[in-house]
Amino acid sequence: MFKKTWGVVYFMNMQQMIKQLQEFWSSQGCVLVQPYDTEKGAGTLNPMTFLRALGPEPWKAAYVEPSRRPADGRYGENPNRLYQHHQFQVILKPVPENIQEIYLDSLKALGLDPLQHDIRFVEDNWENPTFGAAGLGWEVWVDGMEATQFTYFQQVGSMDVEPVSVELTYGLERLALYIQDKENVYELEWVDGVKYGDVFQQPEYEHSKYTFEISDKEWLFQLFDQYEREAKRALEENLVFPAYDYALKCSHTFNLLDARGAISVTERTGYIGRVRNLSRRIARAYIEEREKLGFPLLKDKGGESK
Amino acid sequence: MSERDLLLEIGCEEVPARFIDGAVQQLGDKLSAWLTENRIQHGAVKTYATPRRLTVLIHAVAEKQADKEEEVRGPAARIAKTPDGGWSKAAEGFARKNGLTVDQLTLKEVKGETYVFAQLHQPGEETVAQLLKGLPEVISSLHFPKTMRWNDRTRFIRPVRWLVCLFGEEVVPVEWAGLKAGNLTRGHRFLGQEIALTTPERYVEDLRGQYVLADVEERRNLILSQLRQLEETHNWKIPVDKGLLDEVTHLVEYPTAFYGTFSAEYLAVPREVLITTMREHQRYFPVEDRSGQLLPFFVAVRNGDSNGLENVAKGNEKVLRARLADARFFYDEDLKLPIEEANAKLANIVYQEELGSVGDRIGRIGEVARILAEQGGLPVDRSKLDRAAAICKFDLATQMVGEFPELEGIMGSHYALAHGEDAEVAKAIHEHYLPRFAGDDVPQHLLGGLIGLADKMDAIAASFGIGIQPTGSQDPYGLRRKAAGIVQILLSPSFQSLSLTALIEAAVDQLAQAGLLKVERLEVERDLLQFFALRLKAVMQEMEIRYDVIEAVLGGELSYPAFIIRKAQVLMDQLDRDAFKLEVEGFTRVANLAAKADDTAVTADLFADPAEHSLYEALNRAKTEWERAKENDDPGALYHALMIMVPEIHQYFDQVMVMVDDETVRKNRLALLREITSLTSAFAAFEHVVFPS
Repeated sequence: MFKKTWGVVYFMNMQQMIKQLQEFWSSQGCVLVQPYDTEKGAGTLNPMTFLRALGPEPWKAAYVEPSRRPADGRYGENPNRLYQHHQFQVILKPVPENIQEIYLDSLKALGLDPLQHDIRFVEDNWENPTFGAAGLGWEVWVDGMEATQFTYFQQVGSMDVEPVSVELTYGLERLALYIQDKENVYELEWVDGVKYGDVFQQPEYEHSKYTFEISDKEWLFQLFDQYEREAKRALEENLVFPAYDYALKCSHTFNLLDARGAISVTERTGYIGRVRNLSRRIARAYIEEREKLGFPLLKDKGGESK
Repeated sequence: MSERDLLLEIGCEEVPARFIDGAVQQLGDKLSAWLTENRIQHGAVKTYATPRRLTVLIHAVAEKQADKEEEVRGPAARIAKTPDGGWSKAAEGFARKNGLTVDQLTLKEVKGETYVFAQLHQPGEETVAQLLKGLPEVISSLHFPKTMRWNDRTRFIRPVRWLVCLFGEEVVPVEWAGLKAGNLTRGHRFLGQEIALTTPERYVEDLRGQYVLADVEERRNLILSQLRQLEETHNWKIPVDKGLLDEVTHLVEYPTAFYGTFSAEYLAVPREVLITTMREHQRYFPVEDRSGQLLPFFVAVRNGDSNGLENVAKGNEKVLRARLADARFFYDEDLKLPIEEANAKLANIVYQEELGSVGDRIGRIGEVARILAEQGGLPVDRSKLDRAAAICKFDLATQMVGEFPELEGIMGSHYALAHGEDAEVAKAIHEHYLPRFAGDDVPQHLLGGLIGLADKMDAIAASFGIGIQPTGSQDPYGLRRKAAGIVQILLSPSFQSLSLTALIEAAVDQLAQAGLLKVERLEVERDLLQFFALRLKAVMQEMEIRYDVIEAVLGGELSYPAFIIRKAQVLMDQLDRDAFKLEVEGFTRVANLAAKADDTAVTADLFADPAEHSLYEALNRAKTEWERAKENDDPGALYHALMIMVPEIHQYFDQVMVMVDDETVRKNRLALLREITSLTSAFAAFEHVVFPS
């Protein structure tokens, strides 16, 4: 179905890669959800991971997540760094006993035969202090390239999680550069005849310019306060998902301000603490609300789930 | 007794390389200690480890525990025996409690009293039964700096997926973390298969057949020989960083070294940057030509065989290209950043919570370095010192150091030279971080040394000033290493004229002026002095200076570490002299009485006994000698100066009663002793010196 690019790698455009991964994880029983519509810095922050990782209910999901990292914006000029990149995100709770083997099969689905490559699990522990999330795991190397972040969540929303979830985050651009044997993301083929740059170069430039030169600091500071206030108001009504949306807005606003150099060293900890507080309260509220609903996904109340 | 080999393999998802050696060492130690504790005889302990397994093989483990012979003491015979010589109720009770009958009890005398004893014989149980009970505890007792959960509450370094436990050919079905041990182990992730192990002895060979080299040494040596092979084939030199070799050894089960290349244009970037990029990001070994020039090649070690090796090399080259492009981008960008601009950014880099920014430190460091240079009379160019101190941290604001913190100082030197700074100034930016670890070089030039001393002392004193001191194994800011660095510098020839106490005082002074002391100033200085005394003690212990001699010299004046060590060596030389004991006794006796003295000055007119006069004269002669010795910086002569007084001291104590009723006379006598002690204690606290009785 696919043509070899170099040596033993099959050429896939980005769309095909995404389809292969969706197909693979769908066959593993994952719910294929869609990218979430609020700005976020990583696929982990999609509520389908952040919230669903909490509590006792089993959960399997996979999705593409466009992730915004304002500080990494490079005006569309850097071959590797982007304001917005794409992650393919998988979360599995509880963790299948053979999760590493399943994951390695997903690489085969991308045409990466382990016998023809060097695949290794190299220690890399992940944390996101702003959202009180941390886990242990590896970055998976394919011939020295970080193909995936492989993490066993230990804490989410500043709470120990039980059962533990495993999160797999594939860096799609990086994988595509490898598979398509390109040196510059903008040269990647999204589909036949449409390059990554055709789709994303203009937004990359404009977002970078906006972030570093144009954004209105004062207004963003006000937004942060307002989003925080609204998140708290929603929380008082036990509306977890709306509250979480505003926590994400706070986080993105903070990232914009930070990239703009508007947040001094001494203020930083304070802002991060405010988002962490929100996320902690939201995490607790989520579990409470799920409990009120009787943990609906916990179909086998004996505790074991398929 | 019959015995078998015991094998325990803990099959894991990839254990972080840095924890493997420690983990498997613990496993061996703890299992062997557990066997001993449970009276199970055993032979040699051998450990094996790969990223996916922690294994211990213990030879010749007894099949049964040794019997346990125990003697339990019961009541005294006068209570255990009835007057007619029969056994009392108490004796019967004691026997019953120990599962014996009274006729099995024995009598024995202990310290003049006769007691009844029960001789207990507990036959040893089967080792297998003990293992089933004990091994789970042994595994659970392994300690890791970081642990995780993956299914239930069990914690381990990474998820455990299988267990093997063989006692000879017998499977011991130990249960732990929801797993039951069997004889099935897993081979190399891609090249091997799951196989059934037959006996512990065949462990290494059976795994080798599945592309797993379980023996750590064998793997390390194989990698080394593959590197040597590449060196020979290509006429290269591959410098092997030991830490990197250890890490790579623990990233693979079946190593195959290969090389790749990168564009020679990157060689324009400083070699430290290239080497660090390759090592930190990719775990590659750099390649040099025979003269030590870096070549545009790298060597990496793959976890697998040579199948598809050209793809692996090509893939790694591609990854490295992006990394080097990044590094060169940082380098080029950094070069565009004027030093003053970088320096201004330091105000935004937090040094430590409560202690302000890195920028805040610069002024303090410069001031302390200047004070130190003046006090030590060091021939430094003042304007260069000022400049070097002012820009010693500017590279912390560069992108390269942001990416690779370990290049701090090194990049600063490169960039400073590129910006046309004076060569000595540029060198000082690098040197002031030295020594970075025990055994590292110390600064070779005065500028780097002075700034380094000031920088390190500011860090330590600032931390002490807010009440943060290293305790036990806790030293998050590496203050012990910094203090050891200061001692190392002060011991090196160019810096021996600098005073430790003056350095402490100057640093604390700056912090006080900046309002950064939360702890009382005198307390900070006292704690700092103690902290440094401990570092100095460690240095002297390493030199095999006797413990009591170390205590003695550390009880003296602490300003000049090199001088303290030389004094300790003088005392070590005295230990063989018979007269030394007499000298120490004299000084100690004087010191003990002198402790009772107040601040009355000595008045020669009040001396009544000729021995007082002669001691006073001896003291004055000693002082003259002392001053001369001091000028000559000669600790041996200092000690000789003290020796002058010894005959007079003993004569004095033979003839003079110090604690007389007449207050004026008594105070005058104590004052004389106090003066002597102020001289001897400047050398050492002699009372610590111990003589075998």
